[in-house]
Amino acid sequence: MNLTTNLGKLKLKNPVMTASGTFGYGKEYSEFIDLNNLGAIVVKGISLKPMKGNPDPRICETPCGMLNAIGLQNAGLKEFIKQQLPYLRNFNTKIIVNILGTSINEYIELAENLEAAGVDAIELNVSCPNVKKGGIVFGTDIKIFEELIRDVRRRTRLPLITKLSPNTADIKLFAKAAEDAGSDIISLINTITGMSINIKTRRSRLANITGGLSGPAIRPVAVRMVWECFKTVKVPIIGMGGIISAEDAIEFILAGASAVAVGTANFVNPIATLDILEGIKSFMSGNNIKSLKELTGTVKC
Amino acid sequence: MSRLFKASVIENRQVIKNHFLLTLHPLDNIGKPRPGNFFMISVDNCLDPLLKRPFSIHRWLGRDFQILYRVAGKGTSILSNRKPGDTLEIIGPLGNAFPSLRSNNKIIMVAGGLGIAPILGLAETINKYRPLCFYGARTHEELLCIDELISLGIEPVISTDDGSLGEKGNIVDVLKKYLSSQLPPPPRFCLYACGPGPMLIALSDLAKTFNLKGYIALEQNMACGLGTCLGCVVNTTDGYKRVCREGPVFPINEVIWE
Ligand SMILES: Cc1cc2nc3c(=O)[nH]c(=O)nc-3n(C[C@H](O)[C@H](O)[C@H](O)COP(=O)(O)OP(=O)(O)OC[C@H]3O[C@@H](n4cnc5c(N)ncnc54)[C@H](O)[C@@H]3O)c2cc1C
Ligand SMILES: Cc1cc2nc3c(=O)[nH]c(=O)nc-3n(C[C@H](O)[C@H](O)[C@H](O)COP(=O)(O)O)c2cc1C
Ligand code: FES
Repeated sequence: MNLTTNLGKLKLKNPVMTASGTFGYGKEYSEFIDLNNLGAIVVKGISLKPMKGNPDPRICETPCGMLNAIGLQNAGLKEFIKQQLPYLRNFNTKIIVNILGTSINEYIELAENLEAAGVDAIELNVSCPNVKKGGIVFGTDIKIFEELIRDVRRRTRLPLITKLSPNTADIKLFAKAAEDAGSDIISLINTITGMSINIKTRRSRLANITGGLSGPAIRPVAVRMVWECFKTVKVPIIGMGGIISAEDAIEFILAGASAVAVGTANFVNPIATLDILEGIKSFMSGNNIKSLKELTGTVKC
Repeated sequence: MSRLFKASVIENRQVIKNHFLLTLHPLDNIGKPRPGNFFMISVDNCLDPLLKRPFSIHRWLGRDFQILYRVAGKGTSILSNRKPGDTLEIIGPLGNAFPSLRSNNKIIMVAGGLGIAPILGLAETINKYRPLCFYGARTHEELLCIDELISLGIEPVISTDDGSLGEKGNIVDVLKKYLSSQLPPPPRFCLYACGPGPMLIALSDLAKTFNLKGYIALEQNMACGLGTCLGCVVNTTDGYKRVCREGPVFPINEVIWE
């Protein structure tokens, strides 16, 4: 059985990775799983300068999922390179850094510094719905979206992943634009903007009012979007959105994903990633599948 | 020893309406929890509710341990239906603990309602220092651990909102009266408290007025309990801090109430 997964020039030992923002910088989970066994670790979004994030409450549970409005809290590029990256480097897995900025120049500076620091790939967070000036603009205006990818592409040799927002009228257009602008890989989906109201207090259950929905509640939307993008672009796809079991992961692969990322499930079960990997292996041996390539995008329609 | 473990339900007994005492037997070796620590408990293996729920360690029985909880919504309602022999998946012990005290401090424990859950566990470890205890609830039925406190040699000062036992009114006012009656120079009091938000806010004001040190155990919505989602923060004089990681116990003068 061959688990290696080639996402263009980014080669993973297996197709299971973590979703940005749901795995911290790996340390907390090393207590529960051997990080060496992951296909890749995608770390929490990093900005140039530290960001303090949104007021509380920042999260609330909704049916089969949760809303979050963390507000991209992070310690900034310098701290990441100094404090977190050396630790992550102890493991034999790919380190992918999710980056976000408020201008194209910030994205470029992040990418250049991270390439110099020796990370394995960059994931452009153009889709975080939480910070008004940030992600949402890049992720929903197709012109600056393309310009951003093209400009970052010119300035780094690292494999470039563009993370797509589901909060657009037609995600296929963004998938195509990302491919045309030189993105090596696309990942989807980020959270879906949502809202939940406490009817006793008549207030939103989040201080930020709206938040991003994640977890099994969004899985059918995510599978549909992966399938649409698969039919539209040739670049490999990292599928995510509500994956908590191997069966869910295989659904994404059939829809067109070459690799999968596990997000909210890490909160529910800190060993979810490796449980899913084991499940994929037994599915493969049970169905006599030699390589996942045989499966990608083979949903019968 | 792992902080991700399964435990079987020994007993899940209703103590009063909507309040349950859950006794759990870990099926693996677990670390000994300290007062203030909490566990993330999976109430069922299902998608709704999806996330584990945080509960304070109430009592540590050597290997088994107890959780004292109130039915607050869907998750705790499902939990209240779990039967002896059922297995629950749990992460913990998590978070920090009430700090060990310096000997020249006189501890005042303050509990409001179910805030007694961690405070009783604390009392069991510090009763040798003869702490004072102020304990308030809505009615006398909801005063849950009076006998246990007394058997630890702690005679709690009590209040109820409806006056059905002890003084009528809230426990912070009762504590205020007590502090005002102390002749100077006052002993070096240190507050250890847990209870609903409004009580903790009033207590913070009181601590300021009387220039008291203290520690309070906070609650916040949680997803991971491990420090990774950054969802459970509270605002402090030192910026946002995670209740699951830097807390749940915070110095009383550090928390900024909105
Ligand atoms: C560190 C910590 C220790 C706790 N210890 C105890 C304990 O010893 N005994 C006990 O009964 N409860 C305790 N709680 C609160 C308990 O976690 C919530 O009551 C429980 O999660 C509610 O779940 P539910 O599905 O029944 O309610 P939901 O349907 O989720 O919500 C019902 C209500 O509970 C509130 N709530 C939901 N999650 C939390 C939460 N994590 N913290 C506070 N309120 C919440 C909601 O805002 C809502 O008003 C603790 C919470 C924390 C953070
Ligand atoms: C608490 C939380 C924080 C997140 N932070 C980020 C982030 O910093 N950058 C990003 O691109 N996506 C972030 N996401 C989105 C996830 O990476 C993922 O796209 C989304 O949650 C869907 O997958 P899931 O349903 O498996 O969680 C976050 C999600 C959650 C729940
Ligand atoms: S609950 Fe996730 S960081 Fe505290």
